[in-house]
Amino acid sequence: MARPENGKMEKLQTTLDSVLESVDKAEEFVIQEAGKVGFDEDEQHQIGMAVRECTVNAVVHGNRYSKTKKVHLDIERSSGVLTVIVGDEGDGFDLNSLPDPLAPENLLRQSGRGLLLIRTFMDEFDLHPRPGGGTEVRLVKHLAKS
Amino acid sequence: MSAKLTSRQVGDVTVIDAAGRITLGDGASSFRDTIRDLAAKGNKKLLLNLADVSYIDSSGIGEMVSGFTTVTNNGGQLKLLGLSKRVKDLLQITKLYTVFEVFDDETSAIRSFH
Repeated sequence: MARPENGKMEKLQTTLDSVLESVDKAEEFVIQEAGKVGFDEDEQHQIGMAVRECTVNAVVHGNRYSKTKKVHLDIERSSGVLTVIVGDEGDGFDLNSLPDPLAPENLLRQSGRGLLLIRTFMDEFDLHPRPGGGTEVRLVKHLAKS
Repeated sequence: MSAKLTSRQVGDVTVIDAAGRITLGDGASSFRDTIRDLAAKGNKKLLLNLADVSYIDSSGIGEMVSGFTTVTNNGGQLKLLGLSKRVKDLLQITKLYTVFEVFDDETSAIRSFH
């Protein structure tokens, strides 16, 4: 994992295979970094779960387990802020095409809750095309001021 | 640790004791297989004890919902026992608290089936 220093910001970048084991790795990396920012155990758990769900989407829906496609994980930490970018090399998708998991008719659907959890647990969430192809999800969490 | 599931009978109620992580992959698969197997064998009163479950992700939640649907469609009931605060929070966020009957103690849960 590369660790270029940039002033007060530390950035970690890694590339992961499109396998389920990468989901655990991404979660472990981000929990470790969240701890360094100062997030408490519950917040680390929530951030870890958000990144887990993003990485599942990248492996399963984006890259479709392709051996030739990678998941790109960037973690930036600065004073009181953690930013995570999860990128895939898939065909992209339209957020608006996803059914609302909280609509009464969708409550018993087996899937479709990942983005709801991500949005709930993180302060910022946005999704855009990744330069070079694929989709990039950007997550931000701010440390609460005590 | 991935999910470990064992079942036991308390009268006519089948209690499924789950432990470990119910996440995408082996954990969620074994969870799904256990519920479907018990439902297929005609068990209609199922109590899922999650007290020793350390982690559930959206796939695990999906398997719980799928299990609920399978059991309900077979004319049975699937109820939940011993949720940690984190699992309770997930059920609140996903509005599944409105779907599942949830209990904190086993005696009350068993009694609720009768």
